[in-house]
Amino acid sequence: MSSKNRKTSFYILAAFFCLFVFFLYGPMFAIITLSFQGPNGGLTFPMNGFSAHWFSKLFQEQRVGDFQGSFSRSLTLAVIVMVATVVISLSAGMAFRKKFRFSNTLFYLTISSLIIPSILLTLGIGLLFDRLGLEGHWYTSGLGAHLTWTLPFGLLIMFAVFNRFEKSYEEAARDLGATNWQVLRFVLLPIIGPSLVGVGLFGFTLSFDEFARSLLSVGSKNTLPLEIFGMTTTVTTPTLYALGTLTTFVSFSIIAICFGVIVILEKRKKKFGDDSGKGLI
Amino acid sequence: MNIQLQILPLLLVLVLFLVAPVAIILAVSFWDYTEFSLIPDFVLTNYIEIFESGVTYSTYLNTFKFAFLGWFFTVVIGFTLAYFLAFHVRTLRWQIILFLICTIPFWTSNIIRMIAWIPVLGRNGLVNSLLLELGVIGEPLEWLLYSDFAVILAFVHLYTLFMLVPIFNSMMRIDKSIIEAAQDMGASSFQILINVIIPLCLPGIAIGTIFVVSLIMGDFITVQAMSGGQSASVGLAMNNKRALLQYPAAAADAIILLFVVLGMVAILMRTINIRKEL
Repeated sequence: MSSKNRKTSFYILAAFFCLFVFFLYGPMFAIITLSFQGPNGGLTFPMNGFSAHWFSKLFQEQRVGDFQGSFSRSLTLAVIVMVATVVISLSAGMAFRKKFRFSNTLFYLTISSLIIPSILLTLGIGLLFDRLGLEGHWYTSGLGAHLTWTLPFGLLIMFAVFNRFEKSYEEAARDLGATNWQVLRFVLLPIIGPSLVGVGLFGFTLSFDEFARSLLSVGSKNTLPLEIFGMTTTVTTPTLYALGTLTTFVSFSIIAICFGVIVILEKRKKKFGDDSGKGLI
Repeated sequence: MNIQLQILPLLLVLVLFLVAPVAIILAVSFWDYTEFSLIPDFVLTNYIEIFESGVTYSTYLNTFKFAFLGWFFTVVIGFTLAYFLAFHVRTLRWQIILFLICTIPFWTSNIIRMIAWIPVLGRNGLVNSLLLELGVIGEPLEWLLYSDFAVILAFVHLYTLFMLVPIFNSMMRIDKSIIEAAQDMGASSFQILINVIIPLCLPGIAIGTIFVVSLIMGDFITVQAMSGGQSASVGLAMNNKRALLQYPAAAADAIILLFVVLGMVAILMRTINIRKEL
């Protein structure tokens, strides 16, 4: 590899990368911009003035459907799914560190949960509740449907985490007389804490945005993605974009919060996890 | 701590919301039905109707076409991006930043990301306006939105990340000394790419393929939204039968689709050990 040659390929690839990022974010910025259309503006460019008109419509107009109800349902569900995903993934991830019977079966079952067509799953859950004479709700059948989607991601992350985990830290703690609980609380959790926040991020965002697995499983009250999709056929004003901007803002906020927490946890880890240079006391 | 207790929550969720629903779909696929009700029975008519209908084959053909094209573009783009990140970006800090830039949209709504193409690709959208302005075209292109093109574009937009992440993971695990050894032996960058990097990335490509193929094969919402109802996919056909309350027919469709997807994934799984790759 001559260094000149390498430079050319670097610039070509860098340009390709930038192009991809533009492709990835361009449309999103288009609707964020368009959601600030003036009151007489339409669904496409050019901008006809600049206002928050369509956002206020979102909160007034009944025609927009049950925006506020579905929004709070989705938010609540996402928080429940987030907590459940972290707890269940951590618990199962710890179990998978040891050998146990049917561990492969359980692993492949989890993978199946990821790759199974969503429409099949949501149809099955809908049918199941229907046949059992139970009424499906977003917090029962809907919650279960979302967990089938978030848990595989959570578990895969836990595998990645534990594959890189240095066991000797735990052993050292045990040698010093720590109980199982103390090992978990004072050794394991501080070390893998940032990854758990990552699992939580997946749990929240995947649930908050899930459409396909929600479709027939959330019962009579819609979650936000279902409401938004319904709107695509009925709403022909920038209100649709305003809703898109708002939900994207929620997602971005959650991502920012999680990254913030991860950075703080990593800093704490550095601060408390290393006593080099302090000497022996 | 007790292992059984640790896996119980996961097992419970999977049994209740994965195994049981699939079991009931399997059962219902053998049921009979009228316009108004489901009749528990054991008939093969649902399956026979599917296999005898020419529509089934053309729908599957169309779905395979989407899966293949979606896979092709995501693997080419995903590999190129991962290659850039892993071998051309020099500091870990920048690798993480650029990687996250690619990842963040994954945590936002797919529905919104599809809607976002409307003002870009529509008849009066940005692309058409730009091309008209430049005089490249005389009148707006109709095939940009609500077409197979739009469907593939959306798949690439939504799912390239699923390819990028596992391939990038594979690349980061490549021992740099292997590449140095190849360089010392006089291999060009291109030869290193073909003979060293690509073979070592095959597990990552396989994992990405599993994601992308199964997501596209089971998709109905992207096809419906982006083709404007003008194109067909297996998932969409199933959802249409479901909407007509023909649950047993939809269930039979679902079972066949499940076998096709699991079959494809099983073949790919033979080539890798996922647990080791993480």
